[in-house]
Amino acid sequence: MAKKLLLDKAHVPGIRSYEVYRKEGGYRSVEKAFRLTPAEIVEEVKLSGLRGRGGAGFPTGMKWSFLAKPEGVPRYLVCNADESEPGTFKDRYLMEFIPHLLIEGMIVASFALGSNVSYIYIRGEYAWIADILENAIDEAKQNGWIGKNILGTGFNFELYVQRGAGAYICGEETALIESLEGKRGNPRIKPPFPAVKGLWDCPTVVNNVETLAAVVPIINEGGEAYSKIGVGKSTGTKLISACGNINKPGIYEIDMTISVEDFIFSDEYCGGIPNGKRLKACIPGGSSVPILPANLLLTTAKGEKRMMNYESLSDGGFATGSMMGSGGFIVLDEDQCIVRNTMTLARFYHHESCGQCSPCREGTGWMERILKKIESGKGEMKDIDLLWDIQRKIEGNTICPLGDAAAWPVAAAIRHFRDEFEWHVQNPEKCLTENFGLRHYADPIHVAVTA
Amino acid sequence: MADEIKTFKVTIDNITIDVPAGTTVLNAARQIGGDVAPPAMCYYSKLQGSGGKCRTCLVEVAAGSTADPRPMPKLVASCRTTVMDGMIVKNITSEKVKDARAGVVEFLLLNHPLDCPICDQAGECHLQDLGYEHGKEGTRYEFPRRTFEKEDIGPYIQLHMTRCILCYRCTYVADQLTDKRVHGILDRGEHAEISTYISKAVDNEFSGNMIDVCPVGALTDKTFRFKNRVWFTKPVDAHRSCNTPSCCGNTTLWLRGEEVFRVTARKDEWGEVKSYDGKPGWICNTCRFDKKKTSDWTIEGVTKLNRHSVISQGKYEGLVMPKETIQEVMGGREPKLLMNIHDESEVNNPKIHLSEINGPAHSENFEN
Repeated sequence: MAKKLLLDKAHVPGIRSYEVYRKEGGYRSVEKAFRLTPAEIVEEVKLSGLRGRGGAGFPTGMKWSFLAKPEGVPRYLVCNADESEPGTFKDRYLMEFIPHLLIEGMIVASFALGSNVSYIYIRGEYAWIADILENAIDEAKQNGWIGKNILGTGFNFELYVQRGAGAYICGEETALIESLEGKRGNPRIKPPFPAVKGLWDCPTVVNNVETLAAVVPIINEGGEAYSKIGVGKSTGTKLISACGNINKPGIYEIDMTISVEDFIFSDEYCGGIPNGKRLKACIPGGSSVPILPANLLLTTAKGEKRMMNYESLSDGGFATGSMMGSGGFIVLDEDQCIVRNTMTLARFYHHESCGQCSPCREGTGWMERILKKIESGKGEMKDIDLLWDIQRKIEGNTICPLGDAAAWPVAAAIRHFRDEFEWHVQNPEKCLTENFGLRHYADPIHVAVTA
Repeated sequence: MADEIKTFKVTIDNITIDVPAGTTVLNAARQIGGDVAPPAMCYYSKLQGSGGKCRTCLVEVAAGSTADPRPMPKLVASCRTTVMDGMIVKNITSEKVKDARAGVVEFLLLNHPLDCPICDQAGECHLQDLGYEHGKEGTRYEFPRRTFEKEDIGPYIQLHMTRCILCYRCTYVADQLTDKRVHGILDRGEHAEISTYISKAVDNEFSGNMIDVCPVGALTDKTFRFKNRVWFTKPVDAHRSCNTPSCCGNTTLWLRGEEVFRVTARKDEWGEVKSYDGKPGWICNTCRFDKKKTSDWTIEGVTKLNRHSVISQGKYEGLVMPKETIQEVMGGREPKLLMNIHDESEVNNPKIHLSEINGPAHSENFEN
């Protein structure tokens, strides 16, 4: 049983309320943090090796140390709770069941960064969770954790919840800031980065919910102890929201030392695939990361066992690997159609493109239409190459990473499942009633033996 | 030393120049000029915050600076990237840039109706120029294009959203030139549209400048719509003393004979309004829409055009004559000239070049 740092108390009855949370040792990290200097807290977080849990995996301590600190200018911490990546629902769980953990993490982080006013930007669809958070903030306020001169330290802190209006793009940090300022949620052109010019043109740090929650165990146990959990540069624990064709979908806290195979098939985690079906493919880190066929998912191109951590999941680059992403683990069994799956994702990105820059605005719709054409048995061989060319021209050429996020799933699907696309084109009638099936996607990979 | 401006050395397509710190790569390239300057559809130097959106000006940064000579991993929007000392930029010398730019042009034309034959912007359209210079002959898009209903924005401007490439320039005009913002973007993705929120009219003395900043035919002058093709009209520089505060009064009149077909702000070689004393030469709606007689204006002379191939052709300067093929198909035989109309006509004297007459051509000009 892996060590749990975030969800260890998640099942205590009434943990959502302040009394129970406090009784279970909550807000200890705030008391401890106030005995440290802000610089020491940042140092602890750096030492912990914590990486951003929102998807990009950027070292949190480093991000914090980049924050500009000009005299007389306020600084802000913003929590990105606009969790909209299809397949990802870990932040929802954290906020819904242990809201005080996020608040506690935010108090510590705000103290470390010198932010006297911080915000939780939550997606509009999580309407009831915003209420839960506001209740929890009220409780924390009544008990002296938020407000003026907290615990007599002289630190003033206010925390607000801001509801989004339901746009995926507002999960991009600069679009989030724009939206928080009351404007249309269009990503800003970087540089300047938020660390220099963020919310209301002031230095700002935007962190994911899980990242801020992880600050609590880091302060409680110490950065060094935290860094010993996990492996290599994948330290600490990570929440995985597992879904798709598995027996036990849900949120799992892993310490990044288990293999992908164990994660899918062991009873402790996903519990295998229902109805005796076989594994065909998996999107290991939320909808925008590359999809992998079963064989490359379980073993890397070098023939090693693939593990559930940042390095191993991205081993082989995009040619044979994927990404840890946000931890939205989507499993597809042999009855799933990759073309259909890719079309669904393309439809999502088309719908969510903000329309600010041309490649994403026009390209996402184009990709969706071509995929729909192939899916409905009207595709031609040249469409597959065209899709490849479109995604190639979107990737890297847009203002924000949403362009890449829209291009990668299409690229990976063609890269690994090209024969399934070709089968759709060659069997325009059959593809409407039958699936391509598993075929060779789980066959062992031939590893070239080097002398 | 008082206020010495720091200069940076930047190399663009193997040409090195010194520019003041804070200059963008695009503006540095424009100082070099010619093909080195990347095309820009959304950037407008006179509109704060514009740029970065269309992605046509993407360039490759082969070396970030002398201090940090690493190349930038992605192509960058040259209009929003400031130069660093020792930066090496590749524009037309980079295959990556050419490839990406062709992609962007294709994307921009994807939902564009290509109704140039009935579009008032034809001939001075930046998208036409862009497509001509960087685009492919055909499109690979085979689906229906998105369409919108035409919409009136106030009494003078018509919005034809179907043609819009969402450069956002007009919204910046609305924000920065007009007192109250009533113009914005609705919806998102390819269905996003510029709008005035329930067709609320933009009644501001400077709203007409939206037409000038629009790179395509999405915003057109209702007093000029379908009146003439731009290349049949003769542009002359003119001015009048305008009472509207902050209107520069310097315009280009587009004439046909004595008739003023339309009035626009004067444009520079990048298609942007010219500046006077460091201030952009925006013009007010009175100058633009109400002063349609040559007697309202003091005409200075024929406008020098250095952009837009089509209207430049209409001005007869640098005219490229079509290749004479009769000789070829007639087996080397010269065509026999029966009559030269110019020699017969008393009006159209070939010794007087129409384009060189300052102002409208009158019959007096042809009296020998």
